[in-house]
Amino acid sequence: MIKFLLNQELREEHTLDPNMTVLNYLREHVRKTGTKEGCASGDCGACTVVLAELDGDQLRYKSINSCLTFVSALDGKQLITVEDLKDKDKLHPSQQAMVDCHGSQCGFCTPGIVMSLFALGKNNAEPDKEEVLEALAGNLCRCTGYRPIVDAANAMYDDAGADQFQRNEQATVQRLKALQRTDTPSLALDKRHCHNPKTTAELAELFLQYPEARLLAGGTDLALEVTQFHRELPAMIYVGDIAELKQVEVFDDRIELGAAASLSQCYDALTADYPDFGALLHRFASLQVRNQGTLGGNIGNASPIGDSPPALIALKAQVVLRKGDQRRTMPLEDFFVDYKVTQLQPSEFIEKVIVPRAGAVDRFRAYKISKRLDDDISAVLAALSITVDDGVVTDACIAFGGMAAIPKRARHCEQTLLGSHWNQATIAKAMAALEQDFAPISDFRASKDYRMLTARNMLQRYFVESQVIEVETRVTAYV
Amino acid sequence: MSNHQSTKKTVEEMLAQAKQELQTGVGRKVKHESAAKQVTGEAVYIDDRLEFPNQLHAYARMSDRAHARITRIDLSPCYEIPGVAIAISAEDVPGQLDIGCVLPGDPLLADGKAEYVGQPVIAVGADSLETARKAAMAAIIEYEELEPVLSVEDALEKESYVSDPHTHQRGDSKAALAKAPHRIQGAVHIGGQEHFYLETQISSVIPTEDGGMLVYTSSQNPTEVQKLVAEVLGISFNKVVVDMRRMGGGFGGKESQAAGPACIAAVIARLTGRPTKMRLPRMEDMMITGKRHPFFNQYDVGYNDQGILQGVEMKLAGNCGYSPDLSNSIIDRAMFHADNGYYLGDATITGYRCKTNIASNTAYRGFGGPQGLIMPEIIMDDIARRIGVDPLEIRKRNLYGDEGRDHTHYYQKVEDNILPELIADLEQNCEYQKRRKEIAEYNRHSPILKKGLALTPVKFGISFTATFLNQAGALIHVYTDGSIHLNHGGTEMGQGLNTKVAQIVAEEFQVDIDRIQITATNTDKVPNTSPTAASSGADLNGKAAQNAAITIRQRLVEFAARHFDVTEEDVVFQNNHVIIRDQIMPFEELIQLAYFHQISLSSTGFYRTPKIYYDRDKARGRPFYYYAYGAACSEVVVDTLTGEYKILRADILHDVGASLNPAIDIGQVEGAFVQGAGWLTSEELVWNDQGRLMTAGPASYKIPAVADMPIDFRVRLVENRRNKEDTVFHSKAVGEPPFMLGISVFCAIKDAVASVANYRVSPQIDAPATPERVLWAVESLKQAVAQDQPAPAAATV
Repeated sequence: MIKFLLNQELREEHTLDPNMTVLNYLREHVRKTGTKEGCASGDCGACTVVLAELDGDQLRYKSINSCLTFVSALDGKQLITVEDLKDKDKLHPSQQAMVDCHGSQCGFCTPGIVMSLFALGKNNAEPDKEEVLEALAGNLCRCTGYRPIVDAANAMYDDAGADQFQRNEQATVQRLKALQRTDTPSLALDKRHCHNPKTTAELAELFLQYPEARLLAGGTDLALEVTQFHRELPAMIYVGDIAELKQVEVFDDRIELGAAASLSQCYDALTADYPDFGALLHRFASLQVRNQGTLGGNIGNASPIGDSPPALIALKAQVVLRKGDQRRTMPLEDFFVDYKVTQLQPSEFIEKVIVPRAGAVDRFRAYKISKRLDDDISAVLAALSITVDDGVVTDACIAFGGMAAIPKRARHCEQTLLGSHWNQATIAKAMAALEQDFAPISDFRASKDYRMLTARNMLQRYFVESQVIEVETRVTAYV
Repeated sequence: MSNHQSTKKTVEEMLAQAKQELQTGVGRKVKHESAAKQVTGEAVYIDDRLEFPNQLHAYARMSDRAHARITRIDLSPCYEIPGVAIAISAEDVPGQLDIGCVLPGDPLLADGKAEYVGQPVIAVGADSLETARKAAMAAIIEYEELEPVLSVEDALEKESYVSDPHTHQRGDSKAALAKAPHRIQGAVHIGGQEHFYLETQISSVIPTEDGGMLVYTSSQNPTEVQKLVAEVLGISFNKVVVDMRRMGGGFGGKESQAAGPACIAAVIARLTGRPTKMRLPRMEDMMITGKRHPFFNQYDVGYNDQGILQGVEMKLAGNCGYSPDLSNSIIDRAMFHADNGYYLGDATITGYRCKTNIASNTAYRGFGGPQGLIMPEIIMDDIARRIGVDPLEIRKRNLYGDEGRDHTHYYQKVEDNILPELIADLEQNCEYQKRRKEIAEYNRHSPILKKGLALTPVKFGISFTATFLNQAGALIHVYTDGSIHLNHGGTEMGQGLNTKVAQIVAEEFQVDIDRIQITATNTDKVPNTSPTAASSGADLNGKAAQNAAITIRQRLVEFAARHFDVTEEDVVFQNNHVIIRDQIMPFEELIQLAYFHQISLSSTGFYRTPKIYYDRDKARGRPFYYYAYGAACSEVVVDTLTGEYKILRADILHDVGASLNPAIDIGQVEGAFVQGAGWLTSEELVWNDQGRLMTAGPASYKIPAVADMPIDFRVRLVENRRNKEDTVFHSKAVGEPPFMLGISVFCAIKDAVASVANYRVSPQIDAPATPERVLWAVESLKQAVAQDQPAPAAATV
């Protein structure tokens, strides 16, 4: 049984299918049809809803794709949909601004856009242009060309009054507190079940008990198995309610990222030390996906085109794996064995990721190459960290995504650099050495030749950016 | 008799109000009629309708072969899945199997032969979509592979066509080319485009008595859905009612191809007696339905020392997919627009309608026009690089002009050509020349990033080229409380048609728009309608509604003149009131009076476009009532290490005649521009060598996202230029023409790439100009520079 607030209505659900998405729950189970299905794959944002979660005595609002979220994730939270924003007869400022700015045409993406705007308004009192674009990057609109929607994002702040969510906040906090439980919520229907452990120890134990279970974190990848590939997930363990697994801690020498920390959470911690990691996360899927998706998930699904693994490898990150009470730590680059194969044993899971702090000089650069700049999957991702002392390369850690069956270091390329003078001739040799490291494939994202050429060119870009003379090198700098 | 007695205004108050202008009539920035419902989720789309308890959901199993004989279909395993009501194949269709909209060739379910990956072969009706899908996948279907045709080149070589090639010819192009001082020949692939309406194809069908059907469909063409549902069931048209309130986007994709799901649902509903809904999941939608036609275009042009065209020959080959659908007219429209705004000289334009084993390509905003219209823009750039003159200058030199340079290759005279002044206005307003210099300077010093600039015009012909389609109907009732029920044959897909038509009716009656109830398009209110397509929605339906409103108003005027013993000129409708010489009364009061005096308060309206005619056999005539014009100037920055780019700024000046609603028109212009830019940049359709679409979802097919809109986006409408033709309030159509303003982005990217070879080589880039294609063009120009001269003029890394 799970318990949550559907806006202000308490819902206790005993017999839901754990494979049911929040979108289908809304549209088919409770017949609230304001939330739309545009793709059922988390790429269009038409189904965007907002979850309000307890954060001490406050609420934290986040936009999510309801098509990628299984109902188990609702336990103990408040689910807010587009139907809930109107205050009696008065449109919410995010809605009124969309009307006033002519922000809807066919109107099918509009509920999702309104919810993204609502979440933006809750989280940012004065967003700059980049933040507005970030809030909307996961919402496709085919009609307007976006200009009036961006105008609406700015105009909604003209109505400064408190909305009903703010007025009711304390009452909602109390109601949510009353929903918090010490037992392990679970859902089961027919032979399918999902458990929501609250501690890592409990997770470890459950995973020993159900080694066949799939770990459900953000679900941004796992849910596709149900919605796109029509497979059943008989057993799941939801890790999103484990506070200790969501912790992000910064120490003098390292940053420890809990495996269930959302990508959005990791953003701040990593950006401070590694601005390029921040820039990369900005282009990593959409805000909705980053709010849900986790670093552990991005590593654990072992995709060759996941964005964070190459970057973390270049930073010499380590992963802590746990099975029962046993822990082991290994360099992230060793974690990946083959296409979608990792070191994880049955019942073993990623507990945390440890990233060394940046030294005095940030030598880390990450370059993402994709057909569309926002919310697209990389053709190639290059992550480089090169140390030059007195004009000679003393350390080089270079990793690529999209170039092999796993995220992989470019060892030959690194060897070419090590001990060499940091100049154009060395770079040319290092570029050529990539041929020995990789034999990429062609697919609909890019040809193998394009992958190889751009991978090489990223060494060139790194070199130019390392020069004293300021040269514009990135189109993404234009906002 | 009246509810308004208690709030009755004084004569002075009424006069004061009547003196003011109506705020919600024509030309006002009235908000979209559904906006307030869309932002709250209250606007009802078909999938939001309350479902019947016994409703079935339909799913079609798609062919996984591009071309194959179907040797066996066994549906019995479908019935082993609990919840399945019925499984059908072609032989179960009670009436006509073919749902081809113009020519036959589209079986509702594959008839012994599969002709593309994605073609519906069987369909299942079950108690949920997931059950229907599971059951459909359980069926046994066996194939015997046949050789597919998968590329346009292959189709051209094999002369595999859905219909015969067709030519427009004016003058002797062969002689003109031979005589011309300079010649350029080339070939380019222009990509197709997925509509990506946010609401996928959907219909919900309910059996009615007398063996009829009530059909809720998301379609631009309710009349055609009515006809095809009747035909697949073998019943007369009058047994089928189609209701269409709104679409979640159409863009042409729901002109002909909304009919398939409606007809499958209707067949299942007929055979089971149960209401049936068919909604295509996104992937199925992208696999089953056709897209914008990809083209392979070859050109041979002659020009003089000034870069002015002397003669042109073009072969435009459209990839139609496996069936004719609307392709004949689409390829025709590509041919009609092979001139854009330029005088071609002696010209021969031939269009090929290639048959291949992919989904049947269909209408998409511009209807083939964009794929033809981009050609002269590519040619202008090529000429400019050859003679070393700014491409804008070459464009201006080639525009249509005075006598001798004012006839198209299909013999229509270009009247009221406003492009020269429109371009001059935009060129000055966007500071083209100043920015051109700044960009050249930037590019000299920027080793990795290069900027590009391009100003391109659009001239687009307005009217269905199938002349008979240029007709429309409307129906207006005025009720005795003064409220108005408005219905017309057009469909609302987001473009604001209902709002514009309501404004027209408001203007004619001089009442506020909130008195007017907009209602679902319905085949039993307005029959025999044309699709809402060809940008014609407001032109045709606005005129028809205006006609109905004027009919009723004239009855009221005649009645009032008689009743109050004044002349008809003494009766004036003004801002919710009627002035009758020295009397004034609220609108509703006159309505009540008219009712009691037995005046009819309901009328149909009708309109057909005048002046147009076209003889296709001779390829001569006036297929277009008028032209709509526009121009855009785009600036981009390109990364020469990856080919990635960003639109830095776009300035647009667009001609909508006298705007019916400037806010809606600007929305159309902006949306079309971004969609057009998407077509030519990130939206790449990729099929594998088995003919399977590999980009069948938004994870792999990338339409513009918010950050893809120009960073600095400035859109203006041409002011004080009424349409010279007698269109509705002298407005111009706006749906399609601005789509082609996106070509300026394509040309700006090429301009940035051209800087790599100091603007002396014209980069050859197929559309869409994906980062990969752009990077290969950069590489090719770098090589050209390296071969040409040891010390490259352009700064490179």
